Amino acid sequence: MIDRRLFTHFDWAILSVIIALIAIGFASIYSATHAQMPSVYRKDVYWIGIGAAFMLFAIVLNYQYLERTAYFVYGASILLLISVFFIGSSFGGAQRWISLGFFSLQPSEFAKIALIITLARYFNQKMVPDSGLGIKDLIAPGLLMTLPFLLIAKQPDLGTGIVIWMIFWSMAFIVKIRTRVIAGLGALFAAMAPIGWMFLRDYQKARLTSFMSPEADPLGSGYHVMQSKIAIGSGGLLGKGFTDGTQGKLMFLPEHHTDFIFASYAEEWGLVGGLIVLGLFLALVVSGLNTAASSKDRFGFLMAFGITSMFFWQIAINLGMVMGLLPVVGVPLPFISYGGSFLITSMIAAGVLLNINMRRFIF
Amino acid sequence: MSRSYFKDKEPVEFKGRVFAAMLLVGVCFFLLAARLWYLQVFEHSYFLELSMNNATRLIKAPAPRGVVYDRVGVKIAENRPGFDLYIVPEDVKDWPKTKEMLTKLVQIDEEEINEALEKSSKRPPFQAVKLKEDLSWEETVRIESFKFELPGLMLDVSPKRSYVFGEATAHLLGYLGEISEKELKEREDEGLYSSGDLIGKYGLEKYFESDLRGIDGGKELEVDALGRKIRVVNWIPPYPGNNMKLTIDIKAQVAAWASLHDKVGAVVAMDPKTGKVLAMVSTPGFDPNTLSSRITREEWRAIIENPLNVLNNRAIQGQYPPASTYKPIHAAAALEEGVITPETKIYSGPSFWFAGRAYRDWKEEGHGSINVHRAIVESSDTFFYQVGLKLGIDRLADYTKRFGFGTKTGVPLHGEKSGLVPSSEWKRKVYKVKWYEGETISVSVGQGYMLTTPLQLLNAYAAIANGGTLWRPIIVEEITTPEGKVISRAEPEKRGELGISEKTMSHVRDGLRGVTHDEGGTARFLSRTTDLKIAGKTGTAQVARLIKRTKNIESIAYKYRDHAWFAGFAPYDDPQIAVVVIVEHGGFGASAAAPVAREVFKAYLGKEAPPAGVEGEAAPPETAPTAPDGRTPSVIPISAPGVRQAVPEESLND
Repeated sequence: MIDRRLFTHFDWAILSVIIALIAIGFASIYSATHAQMPSVYRKDVYWIGIGAAFMLFAIVLNYQYLERTAYFVYGASILLLISVFFIGSSFGGAQRWISLGFFSLQPSEFAKIALIITLARYFNQKMVPDSGLGIKDLIAPGLLMTLPFLLIAKQPDLGTGIVIWMIFWSMAFIVKIRTRVIAGLGALFAAMAPIGWMFLRDYQKARLTSFMSPEADPLGSGYHVMQSKIAIGSGGLLGKGFTDGTQGKLMFLPEHHTDFIFASYAEEWGLVGGLIVLGLFLALVVSGLNTAASSKDRFGFLMAFGITSMFFWQIAINLGMVMGLLPVVGVPLPFISYGGSFLITSMIAAGVLLNINMRRFIF
Repeated sequence: MSRSYFKDKEPVEFKGRVFAAMLLVGVCFFLLAARLWYLQVFEHSYFLELSMNNATRLIKAPAPRGVVYDRVGVKIAENRPGFDLYIVPEDVKDWPKTKEMLTKLVQIDEEEINEALEKSSKRPPFQAVKLKEDLSWEETVRIESFKFELPGLMLDVSPKRSYVFGEATAHLLGYLGEISEKELKEREDEGLYSSGDLIGKYGLEKYFESDLRGIDGGKELEVDALGRKIRVVNWIPPYPGNNMKLTIDIKAQVAAWASLHDKVGAVVAMDPKTGKVLAMVSTPGFDPNTLSSRITREEWRAIIENPLNVLNNRAIQGQYPPASTYKPIHAAAALEEGVITPETKIYSGPSFWFAGRAYRDWKEEGHGSINVHRAIVESSDTFFYQVGLKLGIDRLADYTKRFGFGTKTGVPLHGEKSGLVPSSEWKRKVYKVKWYEGETISVSVGQGYMLTTPLQLLNAYAAIANGGTLWRPIIVEEITTPEGKVISRAEPEKRGELGISEKTMSHVRDGLRGVTHDEGGTARFLSRTTDLKIAGKTGTAQVARLIKRTKNIESIAYKYRDHAWFAGFAPYDDPQIAVVVIVEHGGFGASAAAPVAREVFKAYLGKEAPPAGVEGEAAPPETAPTAPDGRTPSVIPISAPGVRQAVPEESLND
């Protein structure tokens, strides 16, 4: 299974990018939490360690095994998502975690990987017409996506739900969808938006409306965005310096070590630090797309593209919301935001990416 | 048509679609980078300011007010540390809960909170608003322990006014209160005041506000999102107010208060050689310490609704008929004008008939044929009725004015009343009718229209004591900066000279010595119980006409009882102190007012310790033959024909 040639093709650059992102994430978590809740950054050390082990496993194991076990993985992730409603612990109004003693597992994170594997297998074996996928062709994979989507949205975890939705459409797009279908579905979703609105919880609605004008109610639902913009803006060109940010440290910025960590980072490291992180993410996404394009088989191509699209949408939605360009929907920033399941999932995904990349010439 | 579009293809053939995805990624990252630049470079200064507002709170550090000392350097008003409760409205997360908890913890109801917020609606953002002054220890602990549940609340220490002698100096020193909208506007130019500040509201605190107030400093605090204090970023120390040394003798002041505090009235004392006020007490008093900080609405209501007008400084605002204490002034006028000589004897019977009416004397059996000295000693009414008629109202008024009656003394306190010296011209002007001789008879014995404040009477007696100089009362001896530099020192200032010969003055003084020393003097007990060489005059100001002649004041309803006066000085051969006492509805001057005066004399002149809080020797019983007063609380029909009751009871207290 382990071929020595693999090492010659291993992409150390991508690994360096990921290590750099994790290092920046740890530093930011330390800065944001060392004063008020030091247990957080200490725990993060464990997550990085566990994540590294999973990542190594994901690199070493030939990704083609994933295709075989795809539906089993999918079934397991659905069971986990269902079990959250029975044995899950709730925090802040949402039931997302399964407590495993010292570790709270967040099944919705693993469900993203499971969905990518499943869709990759499904599309790999699907006969697709030249003109692209039609409506009927989208029903089966759509159901594969909708099941975890509904379970996650029910928790509720709007952010992860949106990411799953985006992954599905990205993968469907790369396989090719009929132009007519794209236009028709676009019109349909636009028309359905008001109905979807009715299913949102009050705080979710408030976040969406306050996005339009956060200054109107800076202490209410616009608080997140306002404080986040203050943190980023006050950082300036070079930032306030490591651990010298007031917004994060003095807790004006909510979720300053999870979803909004980029704001506390940009406050302390300024535009220079912000652009470095953007550059690292861009490198990750571009090399992910290159990995997809140069992979040796279609399953690898779809896996790599699915994982890259997951990273991309998480990055774009998170940064968009932190900088006040998008509504606040609770999507964490890969490798940087604090969160055990999230970090481990991201590292596994990165491992699979490296795996595909490494095996691109091995037949 | 092939059904194997995808199956047949290798990944490399999807490069076109991957390139499209790459374009999308590129555009998104470009947008994010542009946004980052916009926030961090273009709008940097705006967000930097917001971030500083976020984390810093301004709290005023009130300057300690100047310390007030008595004439020998005893501290009578100082500052002690106390906790104030502040709220930063921007930090409050849950208003209903915060309001409810505030009511529970420190008894501030919602109305008060709204009021405080309303008042400071123009404050800069993130400046703390004061909710409650000077928390008690229990309240401080309660707030401290619930602080984490109630973001936005803050405690801070500031100097609190402390009046060492409490009620004893209440009217003199006054009290502090929150600055009103109106005061704020008036003092806008000074730039020293802002809403919620304390300002002198009464007494010397008010009159010398500009001197006593210092310059407030400020604290810039760094706080976290819950408004919890992290550290002090910037500290501008406050500059204390100027210190003041008064002319007040705290021993005399406390003695006066101790013997008057259970009565209604006033005591004023002055150094007749300089016009320096040695004591000024008005009762009923109030507790200036509570009034200056912790007063509740109910307590405040109780004070302002008290029918006895607690907030009236009777020493300068109470206007009473001087009654028999006026006789020495009358005597001086008559002697100086040559209407009588010291030897002139006039028959002074039990009553004097004029225009078909009997004007009675307080003494049922009359005084017989007496000269002016005996008339003062025995306080004969019928003697002065006759002298007054010979002198005439206008000459009498002229002399009365020379003694400073009818005009404000100019004491450095707000709200001083000017009293009233009636004359024929005055009556023509005010009532548009001519003066009746019968009214002269009333004025002759200090009744009728005649009104004086205790301080005016004191001023006049000080002039009698010093031989003829009318001083402007001084209360503040010296004002010094906190560093000890003298800013101003009081110089005795003359209001005027009496212009009365020393011969006349010595006759008058002799008469006053007789009152306390001669056989039949109305306050003779003063020379028996002390050896302070007190000279003085008693007086009983009639409040209402009474039919029955009685010496049993208990039988008269309180509000109809007469006001008791004593005015005098000591020692008579070298006057060091002049004292005036009025006890409202106290009955006889000799029994109610003179003993109070004696305590003040004793405290100031005596070698013995001041009898603080202790009643002096018992006053002679009402029935003591040696101590009847100048007038009975009955009998004399003041109203001459056509003249209305001159001094209605209500106006006395005004």
